[in-house]
Amino acid sequence: MIQYERFVLDNGLRVIVHEDHSTPMAVVNVMYDVGARDENPNKTGFAHLFEHLMFGGSINIEDYDEPLQMAGGENNAYTTNDLTNYYIQLPSENLETAFWLESDRMLSLAFSEKSLDVQRKVVCEEFKEHYINKPYGDVWHKLRELSYKEHPYRWMTIGKELSHIENAQLADVKSFFFKHYRPVNAVLVVAGHVSLDEVKRLSDKWFGPIPMGEKYIRNLPQESKQMQARLLEVEADVPLDAFYKTWHMASRLSKRYYAADLLSDILSGGGSSRLYQALVKEKQLFSQVDCSHMGSVDAGLLTIEGKLVKGVKMSDAEQAVKEEVEKMKSELVNEAELQKVKNKTESMIAFEDMSVMNRANSLATYELLGDAEMMNTELSRYQEITAEDIKKESEEIFDENNSNTMHYFSKN
Amino acid sequence: MKKNKNMLDRTVAPQIKDAVEFNLQLKKSEQFTLDNGIPVYSINAGAQEVTLVELVFHAGNWHEDQNIIAGTTNFLLKNGTSKKSAFEINEHFEYYGAYLNRNCYNETANITLHCLNKYLKDVLPVVSELITDSVFKEEELAIYKQNQIQRLKVSLQKCDFVANRFIDEYLFGFDHPYGRYTSIPDFEALNRDKIVKFYNDYYINGKCIIFVAGNLPADIFQQLNTAFGHLPLNKNSIAEKRFTISPATEKKQRVINDPNGVQGAVRMARPFPNRHHPDFMKVQVLNNLFGGFFGSRLMSNIREDKGYTYGIHSYFENHVQDSAWMISTEAGRDVCEATIGEVYKEMEILKEELVDEEELLLVRNYMIGSILGDLDGPFQIIGRWKNYVLNGLDESYFYKSINTIKTISAEEIRQLAQKYFVPEEFYELVVV
Repeated sequence: MIQYERFVLDNGLRVIVHEDHSTPMAVVNVMYDVGARDENPNKTGFAHLFEHLMFGGSINIEDYDEPLQMAGGENNAYTTNDLTNYYIQLPSENLETAFWLESDRMLSLAFSEKSLDVQRKVVCEEFKEHYINKPYGDVWHKLRELSYKEHPYRWMTIGKELSHIENAQLADVKSFFFKHYRPVNAVLVVAGHVSLDEVKRLSDKWFGPIPMGEKYIRNLPQESKQMQARLLEVEADVPLDAFYKTWHMASRLSKRYYAADLLSDILSGGGSSRLYQALVKEKQLFSQVDCSHMGSVDAGLLTIEGKLVKGVKMSDAEQAVKEEVEKMKSELVNEAELQKVKNKTESMIAFEDMSVMNRANSLATYELLGDAEMMNTELSRYQEITAEDIKKESEEIFDENNSNTMHYFSKN
Repeated sequence: MKKNKNMLDRTVAPQIKDAVEFNLQLKKSEQFTLDNGIPVYSINAGAQEVTLVELVFHAGNWHEDQNIIAGTTNFLLKNGTSKKSAFEINEHFEYYGAYLNRNCYNETANITLHCLNKYLKDVLPVVSELITDSVFKEEELAIYKQNQIQRLKVSLQKCDFVANRFIDEYLFGFDHPYGRYTSIPDFEALNRDKIVKFYNDYYINGKCIIFVAGNLPADIFQQLNTAFGHLPLNKNSIAEKRFTISPATEKKQRVINDPNGVQGAVRMARPFPNRHHPDFMKVQVLNNLFGGFFGSRLMSNIREDKGYTYGIHSYFENHVQDSAWMISTEAGRDVCEATIGEVYKEMEILKEELVDEEELLLVRNYMIGSILGDLDGPFQIIGRWKNYVLNGLDESYFYKSINTIKTISAEEIRQLAQKYFVPEEFYELVVV
């Protein structure tokens, strides 16, 4: 059980306090309810670029990093398709420094031309490093576009193309900030060697005076049910052929999510998982194979991907994947196999929860999803799943009409 | 007078306690010895009912006499014993939600188990089985070879991967374990006999140290002793091997790996002595100032001012015998040379100008805060102990390091910069 307290400031900022006095450190985690899915389709990559700009100085504080480092703190941030998260770890004696820094950049950024200019370049280099200059770097770009026709998950957080980032203007930065970075759209989690009273006092003092802002009402086009299988064939300068297939799955908040998560663990994720055993070890069609899902807030994708052993025909590899998937639809998994993936989930949660930072991050994520208490109820949601649920979910997901296949051929 | 909320002056930073005022303590590791003489270092801390068990063998590539034998032996430890197939082994650990990993380094190779306390009894005997009864079946070796070769082919298209191989070769020479790397023919040349022999010499009859951490079960000693205390380990001393460093004569290298590449992997490095050298601790502070954290000179100039790269870092290679001081980044193809120029400029500034007290205090505070954060949790603490034990150090190293961070002067830092930032002593490499 993770203990925590929750309160809401007058301006709508939700605050969660999780005390753990076994550490000398404090964690301050600020999560904003905005991600790449909230971007204008002609200005993609903006939520992530914006995350970089959050370190370019705020209205009253010229430099964000220096005072934090002076206080012995470290910080980082990340952007996903669903949300943006900023976190600090520092000695708890210096907790107020984190409040000062985070509240000032929630109040207003400095909106400096120089910062925008530099961060545009930095993000372009990040784009090149991860998505252009690497073999298979464009895979997710293509898979998202193939799998989503309406929902903004059709682009990646880094953005659809370099030009969207290169063309970002300061006016865009300002309007994005005042639309999304308001107390009413954020969650603050303070964890570690802290007390509820102290956090209340500091929250009132530093975050209390920030204007509430307008609640952002998300109204995104949801993906219509896919009625026909899609296929994309690609040739690229890579050493090995690769196979990718995605299927639409339920959203994070659906009960179906838990069955989908467990079924992906049955298919892959360990040396005794089905795809690895059948396709890598026994049939030797793939040199590596993986089943994963996005875990996204809106309806996501479940993916099977793998690199083919040199000389194996794409159609044979595809057929073998199909056979494993069909087995999931036609046969109940046995109890031991189901118990195995449940045990794995329990263990994963226990290891994740060792770090205060992870606990703070999870509390913020669950609060943003609707209820921080999910932190304590998730495991039982998994425990409830039966072999019948897995079979039923497999039938729902692994419908050929619900699938998107990409054959990624090596030119060499 | 009524207090006005708007009177809050946000331009004034809250008072801080300088991290250098913190009194950092490294939790003592409890030590005990199994019946057969295996030393065990343990840290009992944390709230979650989990345990980490790490078995460290003197079985790194230092000890192999053919390329990638050590790595292959380590990798295949999970792939079958006389009683269990690879599948059954994996299924066993996974059923109990346990994670069994193995890694091969230069001097050592390890097996790491993460496990819920309640299942430790069920999985430790199988760990013992892996280090006494692995059989290295031909078909497992064949699959491994095929898949590693494929993996390598993909990696060889990445400029950072290629650069990391070459820079180590320049520093140490290909015949030194620190400078050696593996190519496709090395995988093809692997044969089972050599692996079985390496396993016999360096695992079954090898030298082992155990590190455990977590909210440990009360009978942890008995559990470890039952699983490992009767094995024929630590009986023989391992033959000491010496290697000569033969660095490259040409210091500046430019490589085109992908003619269409849009970025280059930049590496700049110089040899540096190991942790026992009197400069090693002091130079950590200079390194942090130079390129060791987000607020460093290199990051501020090359990322935050010029936008040439997503990140640039400097660090010391983690070797026991000899280290190297490395600067590493991936930069836009057209700005790689400019990046190198800026790195040398930053070196010159540190050689000429004294760092001001404000910036030095910031680096001190950052480093102390970072160590404080890093001591959070049993796995991190045992990691630090492991590092000391494997490098022949003790906990006094921890306290001396802290003291160095707190007291080193700007003048000493400049002297270190003058001593080590000698451009002619740096290898330079760009791989596009």
